[in-house]
Amino acid sequence: MMNHIVIAPVLLPLLVGTLLLLIRQQNLPFQRILSIASVAAQVVLAAVLLRTVSSEEILVYAVGNWPAPFGIILVADRLAAWMLMISALLAFCTLIYAVRKSDRIGQHFHVLFQLQLLGLNGAFLTGDLFNLFVFFEILLLASYSLLLHGGGRLRTKAGLHFVVINLVGSTLFLFAIGILYGTLGTLNMADLAVKVAASPNENVFLVRVAGFLLFGVFALKAALLPIYTWLPAAYAHTTAAVAALFAIMTKVGAYCILRVYTLIYGEQAGPAANLIEGWLLPLALATLIVGMIGVIASTRLRQQAAYLVVASIGSMLIAFGLNTNAGIVAGLYYLPHSTFAAAAFFLLADIIANRRGKINDKFDLGPIIADKRLLGVLFFMTAILIVGLPPFSGFIGKILILQAALTHSILPWIMSIILLTSLLGLIALARSGSLLFYRAQSMETVSHTPDASVTVKSDSVTVELIPVISLLLLCIALVIYAGPVTEFSLTIADQILQPAVYIRAVLGDGGIT
Amino acid sequence: MEALISIILGTLTACGVYLVLRFRTFPVVLGLTFLSYAANLFLLVMGRLTIGKPPVITDGITDYADPLPQALVLTAIVIGFAMTAFVIMLSLKAYAALGNDHVDGKHKL
Repeated sequence: MMNHIVIAPVLLPLLVGTLLLLIRQQNLPFQRILSIASVAAQVVLAAVLLRTVSSEEILVYAVGNWPAPFGIILVADRLAAWMLMISALLAFCTLIYAVRKSDRIGQHFHVLFQLQLLGLNGAFLTGDLFNLFVFFEILLLASYSLLLHGGGRLRTKAGLHFVVINLVGSTLFLFAIGILYGTLGTLNMADLAVKVAASPNENVFLVRVAGFLLFGVFALKAALLPIYTWLPAAYAHTTAAVAALFAIMTKVGAYCILRVYTLIYGEQAGPAANLIEGWLLPLALATLIVGMIGVIASTRLRQQAAYLVVASIGSMLIAFGLNTNAGIVAGLYYLPHSTFAAAAFFLLADIIANRRGKINDKFDLGPIIADKRLLGVLFFMTAILIVGLPPFSGFIGKILILQAALTHSILPWIMSIILLTSLLGLIALARSGSLLFYRAQSMETVSHTPDASVTVKSDSVTVELIPVISLLLLCIALVIYAGPVTEFSLTIADQILQPAVYIRAVLGDGGIT
Repeated sequence: MEALISIILGTLTACGVYLVLRFRTFPVVLGLTFLSYAANLFLLVMGRLTIGKPPVITDGITDYADPLPQALVLTAIVIGFAMTAFVIMLSLKAYAALGNDHVDGKHKL
């Protein structure tokens, strides 16, 4: 008896996206209602899935009822459900922000938004490597168009780099898939886990090469050190709602790293066991340093937000790179925190930039902005969240990461890099905050000018801030419910560190030989 | 046969990598297509090189052609086409917006 709810998060955005394509562009209100309803339904679906999988079972859905490993399967385990929940909540908040303005500056925003969610949900749920490639392409194609939404010179330039580097990444992904299929004859992840562990000596080299190629692809998506340079330009130049949604895109890469290198190349993988151990941690540490240097060197607020995303990926992958139960728990707690906080920062940066007239988000002395008290409070709250000062979720996340690192052999390095970069982040954000709010000159009030091409009637600031506040509330909820969340993260880590359970759920008892 | 395929694959990939690293968008797009040709061909031959073998299980036959890589490569080709079309349109747009076809949009080359 299959549980059809597993495929619902993939089907719903696909159907709604197609439906939206049929609605006339002029009928924007109806599109908005449909789009928001769809995302709200996805939040509910993710919650139901999360409840179902929080008991022991892993839900497996064989598409077309073809049994694994021959057919494509979708697998909802705790990790997948957790990711679905995070992306649905984030999408809901960013969509609320987008319906005020961003969806009007170009066509088909809502269609693309739904297709982006289709790709994300599919990537989290799939249990097949080639299917993962297909969902990657869906989410990338949607993201290319969303990134370029509205057009503009700088956006086009950044978009071109983003598209080309991701196409090269897709090619590498195909090569990796080819090597794995050629040597092992399967692409089902559970089956791959079994076959990699049992691969004969002459194939071990090829299997390892494929593993490293995959790591390259996922590191590109996650914006890990040598290949992170596409991110700051792309995120800084797109519309705020899209940049906020893209906070989850780098996490897809992190999710894939976690999934593939615990399941396929994990402890039990025999000759290819713990393949990227020794690579992930140093690269993540270096990413954190470089990201934070970028934060300090930024000349624009949006650019700073983008570099904060790079730094947060560094912190999170440090946690995953520890390769221990506690490390994964810390990473899984840090993941929603950094996603929501980064998204809130992008939205806030946009709101502030729109109030500064021509100077926009440049770090120059600007006019005193309207609603500076409220915005200032929110800015410093977000900054505290991101830097990781008490009492917010960033603090708990960093504490968890440091605790997990206590027993690691290079603890001094991890400790000093995390603490020093936190300090640097604090200095950089305090500097931007004081420039934006305290040192603003009382020039003539600059009129409220949003994106040059559109004229929008200015709503009251509270309406504009609803998405930001809800994202911050989500972060605060992570503090209040820190106990239950870490306990749940612990059950996720337990589950993914026992690939045998996953393999048995997918392949049945015959899978373990 | 194997040697020939390997040489073709290597040449395609090398050309692709070289062209992707060029500074104008047109060679970069060409390079991407070369790379995706190489990936598709690679995926196809991962089912092993066989000629005249049936893909469907039949009585009395021991050697088969693997049909799965062909299905995979069809998917990859379709996706590759879509992506190539997209990147061509994007480079045209970049040319129109930036006034030249440098990948960084620089005016002086």
